[in-house]
Parts: sequence; structure tokens; C-alpha cells
Amino acid sequence: MATTVKDFGEQPNRIDRMGRTVVHEGELLRHTVYTRFLHWMVGIFFFLALLSGFGIYLPWIFRWFTPLLGGGPATRMLHPWFGLGFVIFFGLQVLNWKDLMRWTEADTRWMRNIKSYVRNEEAVEPPDVGFFNAGQKFQFWEIVCGCVAYLITGVLMWFPEIFGRIAVAIAYVIHDISALIMLAGIFVHIYLSTVGEPHTFQSMTRGTVREDWAWTHHPAWFQHVTGRDPQQACEEVRRRMSAGEKH
Amino acid sequence: MSDRTTLQIVQISGHPGPVPGKGVQRQDQVCKLVDTTTCIGCKACEVACVEWNDLPFQPTTFDNTYQTMPETNWNYWNLIKFNEHESKDGTLQWLMRKDQCMHCADPGCLRACPADGAIVQYSNGIVDFQQEHCIGCQYCVSGCPFNIPRFNSSTKKVYKCTLCSDRVSEGLEPACIKACPTGCLHFGTKDDMKMLANTRVTQLKEHYGMEKAGVYDPQSVGGTHVMYVLHDATTPELYGGLPAVPTIPLSFTAWKSFFKPLGLAAAMLSFFGVVFHYIFEGPRRIQPEAPVKLSEPPARGNQ
Repeated sequence: MATTVKDFGEQPNRIDRMGRTVVHEGELLRHTVYTRFLHWMVGIFFFLALLSGFGIYLPWIFRWFTPLLGGGPATRMLHPWFGLGFVIFFGLQVLNWKDLMRWTEADTRWMRNIKSYVRNEEAVEPPDVGFFNAGQKFQFWEIVCGCVAYLITGVLMWFPEIFGRIAVAIAYVIHDISALIMLAGIFVHIYLSTVGEPHTFQSMTRGTVREDWAWTHHPAWFQHVTGRDPQQACEEVRRRMSAGEKH
Repeated sequence: MSDRTTLQIVQISGHPGPVPGKGVQRQDQVCKLVDTTTCIGCKACEVACVEWNDLPFQPTTFDNTYQTMPETNWNYWNLIKFNEHESKDGTLQWLMRKDQCMHCADPGCLRACPADGAIVQYSNGIVDFQQEHCIGCQYCVSGCPFNIPRFNSSTKKVYKCTLCSDRVSEGLEPACIKACPTGCLHFGTKDDMKMLANTRVTQLKEHYGMEKAGVYDPQSVGGTHVMYVLHDATTPELYGGLPAVPTIPLSFTAWKSFFKPLGLAAAMLSFFGVVFHYIFEGPRRIQPEAPVKLSEPPARGNQ
């Protein structure tokens, strides 16, 4: 069964129509082609900017990054453009996701209870967790703030002859702090989307997730798109499993 | 071994590990002394600088003063700054100061520079830019308290006075010193120049009644390898914006040398965090999963 977009009643845009998302039996459409395209553009530019930036950040540790990009002067020349690419594509993702990323009371509850998420105390997420959980939203809004900081401080350092030495000196520190926060964040992001939560990665490649993934990690979203109760769906499979039937 | 005096490097920007050859040779600290009280603003030093360093001439801007151009430039490293100063008692002074790189003992440019080997400090105190290693980020401009490094937007490199390191390494004085007709420019060891400067200050105080005369050798950057004798050392700002207390921004001192590696280590905690999360807690699996067989660690020892 091939579908394009049926999520949230949105119309497929031009990039969605350029690609295809195949949703098999037992799967749900998670991310459209456009979303996936933006995600990987952001990812590519993020790592290009990270590599080129860290070659300049701590040259005595990361000097081996700069030859990868054509040497010091080339790295210096490219880094602002990589950064600009990152900010632009993330900006488009913000427009794409702004409704899904709206903070709700359920998110505040999730955040208060973050310890149980980290310690894996509950096998399934609370029933009010929608398309994104509060952790994802927090990281998203952190990157929004980070992008604003990057853009302002980056422009100050890109054109120091206009803004002066003290502006550069201040911008330099803010730019670094933003990079360090995102560096810390990227490990968590990669971990949770791969080995930390198995079967998540396919949502950003093929665009679909398994139904059991959805009721485990995003029960409210599962209910919204299927109309079925996530807890009942899960229990039904559990009963069949313990009865010896193959899942 | 040659008996020629060569320049040994003591500090390299953005360099991992020790400085090769550091401390092999001991050298005297060199210093340029500029006696602003005897400068007549003839610009011979400016011409000598452009000539010796083979810098291309460019059209200048006349701003109705006895100053060649408003600021030094990537191809104009030495400029006599001119200021017509009216004192409170109504007397007029033409303050002229030779503006060029100060060759700080603790150079803000070198501290700020992220490119390995783009800025070096020689054991005789000269701070030199190595353009072939410069990446054109202009952090040195931000790090310099004297507003000296100049960016060339077509070569994407930064330039400044070299204190004629090529001449000095051969035992010659810098070109500007050689050209000075009034003897306002002196060159020698730092100790000798300090002595000369102090003698001149005493002279100015005792014979000319300049009570505020003094030597400009700012200790906030560890002293400089270009010193000034000023008529009024209490207000160096009058001499074309010479800072009373030149300081390197904290970004290039505390932040760069201490908090940067610390911040990186802190960010890497996140990496170790996720690794150990996987080991201690394991993944969050899709539910339902196969029933748990054993959740406690097995008993140790042979059974």
C-alpha cells in the first residue's frame, strides 16, 4: 500500500510528491518525504559545521578536522556557509513542525517525571504522549534558541570589520557555548533514535514506524491516527504472545 | 653551526605540544623606543617601512591633519598618529606618536589565533605573523588591544609590523629606526631601552618641567617591545588612542585556555552518559516484548 501524506490532513508539497513513502501492513506513516529531506539536510550541515567549527574551536585537539575540508583557510571560509545551511534548513523544519512542537501540560508532566523515562521505569510511555514527547520538544526548542544565537553571533564574527573587536570577543564565547550544548545534545539524539530505542531510525529513513512502536513511545499519537486504544492494542498482542501465538 | 643570530621561537599560536627548539638559544629581548617628545612628524619612518617591506603604495585619505591616512593598513604598518591637543591652560601641543605593532610580551593576537603557526613569538620578543598559516578568521584583530592587525580581503590574510624581524635576525636595526632623522627612534635591548627611556623622562621632568612625563610600557600585557616616552604618561589616550590599560578580552584568556577544554569535557559527558545508559539501563524496547526470564544478576561463584 503506497500512500503519500495522510497525516494531520496536510497537503503533500512539491518535495513530498518527488518521493515516495511506502506504508506496509502494521506500520504508520511517521515522517513525510519533505520532513525527512529537511532532517537530513539539517544533519549534513550540522556535521559539516561541527567538524569545521571544532577544527577552529580547539586546534590543538581537532586540527585533523581542517584538512578534511581543504585546510585551515578553506575551513574558515566554508564554516559560515555550513552554519547558514544548518540554520536555513532548520528554520524550514521549524515552520514544518511548529504545531507539533507546541508545549502542552502533558509535556510539563513528562518533564517532572523525566527520571522514570531515563531509568526505564515504565515499559510504555504515559498515555498523553503525542507525536513528540517533551524531551524531543525540549531539544527542538533548544536548537531554535541555539540557531538564533548562532546566527547573530556568527554574523558578528563573519564581518568583524563592521562590528568591532569587543562584539567579536563576546560573540565568540556565546557561539562556543551554543556549540557545546548542541554537541552534548547530538549524542542523546543519535542514541535515542538508534540503539536506545530500537526501530525508531526507520522513521527518518523510510518514513514509517511499526504500530507497536507507536503505542509504546507515542500512545496519544497512535490513538489519534488509528482511532484504537494504545493500551488495549498492546494488551491484545501480549495475550496472543503468552497464548503462544506468533506475533 | 652558523654563528649568525637566528630567531628562535618561544610561542606558537594554536599549537599542540611543546614549541620545537624552545630555549635552545638564549637571546636578548629587543625593544624599540619611541620618544614622542622629539618626533617632528616627518614620516621618514613610514616611507622606510613601506620601502623595506616592499609594500604596494595606495591612495591615501587626507583628513585635514598632519597624518598620512586615518588608520594603519594591511600594506601600511607604521603611521604617525597626529593629535592637536589644547591643554587646560590654553597651550597647544602637537602630539605625534608612531603607531605600529607593540610586540607585547603577552600578545593578545597570538592568544586569540586558532591557526597552528600563524602567529609566533621569537625569543627576542618579536611577534610575527606567518601568513602562509593564517586562515583569515580575524580573531587576532579582536584579541589585540592596540587595534593593529589588518585584514586584506583579497588575500584573506592578516598583516602587521614585523619589527623587521628579517633585519633584526641579521643584526640590523628595523628600517624605521634607520630612517629617523631626529634620533627620536631608538633600538636595542629592552634593558638598555628602559634605561634610556628613564634617563629621558628624568631629563624631561628636571629640565623641561614636564612633571607628568613617563615611559609607556604597559604591564597589563606583560610589557611591550615597543616603548614610548610621553610628555604626559597619565593620559596616553591623547596620543591617537593609546590605551592606558591595554587588556586582552577574557574570551581569549580565561575562556579559550581554561573553559574551552573544560566545556568540551562537559559536553562529552553526554556521550559517556548515553553509553552507560545503554549498559546500565538498556534500550527501551517496543512493547509487548517476550516475557522476562531473569531480571536479577545471576549468583556469582561456582555452583
